[in-house]
Amino acid sequence: MSSLLTALKNKKILVSDGAWGTFLHQRGLQPGECPELWNCNHRDDVFAIAKSYIDAGADIILTNSFGGSPIKLEHYGLQDRTAELNETAASISREAAGADHLVLGSIGPTGVMLMMGEISEDTLYNGFYIQAAALQKGGVDAICVETMSALDEACLAIRAARASTGLEVVCTFTFEKTMSGEFRTMMGVSPAEMVQAVKEAGASVIGTNCGNGFDQMIDIVREIRSIDPITPILVHANAGKPVFQDGATVFPETPDMMAAKAQELINSGANIIGGCCGTTPAHIQKLVHAMRVH
Amino acid sequence: MNELIVKIGQCVERGKINKVSPYPNDMKGMDGADELTRQALEAVVGPDVILQACNDAMQRIGERFSRNEVFVPELLMAAKAMQAVMVHLEPFFKTGTIKAKGKFVLGTVAGDLHDIGKNLVRMVIEGNGWEVVDLGVDVKPAKFLEAIKNTPGCVVGLSALLTTTMVNMSKTVQEIKTQFPATKIIVGGAPLTMETAMKMGADGYSHDPQGAVAFLDKISAA
Repeated sequence: MSSLLTALKNKKILVSDGAWGTFLHQRGLQPGECPELWNCNHRDDVFAIAKSYIDAGADIILTNSFGGSPIKLEHYGLQDRTAELNETAASISREAAGADHLVLGSIGPTGVMLMMGEISEDTLYNGFYIQAAALQKGGVDAICVETMSALDEACLAIRAARASTGLEVVCTFTFEKTMSGEFRTMMGVSPAEMVQAVKEAGASVIGTNCGNGFDQMIDIVREIRSIDPITPILVHANAGKPVFQDGATVFPETPDMMAAKAQELINSGANIIGGCCGTTPAHIQKLVHAMRVH
Repeated sequence: MNELIVKIGQCVERGKINKVSPYPNDMKGMDGADELTRQALEAVVGPDVILQACNDAMQRIGERFSRNEVFVPELLMAAKAMQAVMVHLEPFFKTGTIKAKGKFVLGTVAGDLHDIGKNLVRMVIEGNGWEVVDLGVDVKPAKFLEAIKNTPGCVVGLSALLTTTMVNMSKTVQEIKTQFPATKIIVGGAPLTMETAMKMGADGYSHDPQGAVAFLDKISAA
């Protein structure tokens, strides 16, 4: 097991991986199929994705476990396989990454809202606890609680992951620009509120993912950095807002476009950069190249 | 009497469900939508008057949501308060004393299991006086077609969150338009734009629930 924070001290800027979901669909995952089940049923495909990002030069890869909480898996009747699917996800990425690269265990939101009384805190916490433990067993170096929009759910996930594994925890939120030009999550959380809450809950790396392309990510990182000058920031940007073309979904931001803006993202305070929806190994390769040049 | 109506509207807009509800903080311990509606009906206020006040309140909160002045939690709480009112008004709908503005068939398209956006749209549209037939998530085109057949004159709403399910949305629009060319369809969801919606052959697109209400109002006025 390696430390993300130590790796950051040694290398300053780390490159993470790109999209998994859109990549899985390219390899044949059907809409409505459980992506995490592919860890067991299509291990070679999942491994190929993980390996393609390592081959592209990423320092860090994530795991195919974004929807691996028992609450999400219940949609497919797979909640009893939570431990197995997450452990396998981690072991696939571990195998692809080898000992020289870092693996972050992905934990995404459940889609269930605490404030609406749809679920109890205990149920949510226990789900994340089991998921994180399985990811650790499969060999991850740290946990990444990602794409969050509600403070209560994010903080529960961080606390559960910390208590369950003792590993470093990264936490990213997804912000959108409001009409007045501020950034908020769909639940109304500002970057400042996010920073304070997730650090208190035990996250040692903070950040943002998904969103509407690289430009807004630069603004969001700048805002987080102005609030917190020290904590490392991770950014997983998607390749712009997708457009529908000739019956297929196309993401507008090319690898070159993304790489051209990488330096500005780092100048604004990012420490780990990678991609989200629509980004490919080609995007990551260009990012790695851009980092070497600078 | 007038004061009661105003208060019910405020409760809906602020998301004050009932007396025991702790939300919002500054209305703790006060009567909520539930109690005030009961009092209003006991004071023989017309259910149509109450419904109108609530529709107006939902309109206000929906517009504030569109302007990003409030976010998902505030909108959800308002919808919950609205539901507390509707429990009391239900009997009047059954007897025909008050009527829905129209029928709206809604669902998240095949392959997509996300329901937060769809539920927000449902609650705001219900709150604005429409009857909603919610088909749930992962709805196959055949299920939409059947619901449209069983709901004459309905307007259809399709939701998708995943970029990968926009393709299914497009197919669903085509199938509906083939069988029911006169049926109006509005689409929405994070990966969509007006341009994408038009390419799919939908009649409308909105990036927020209030836009869907405006679309429906336009249709029912036509």
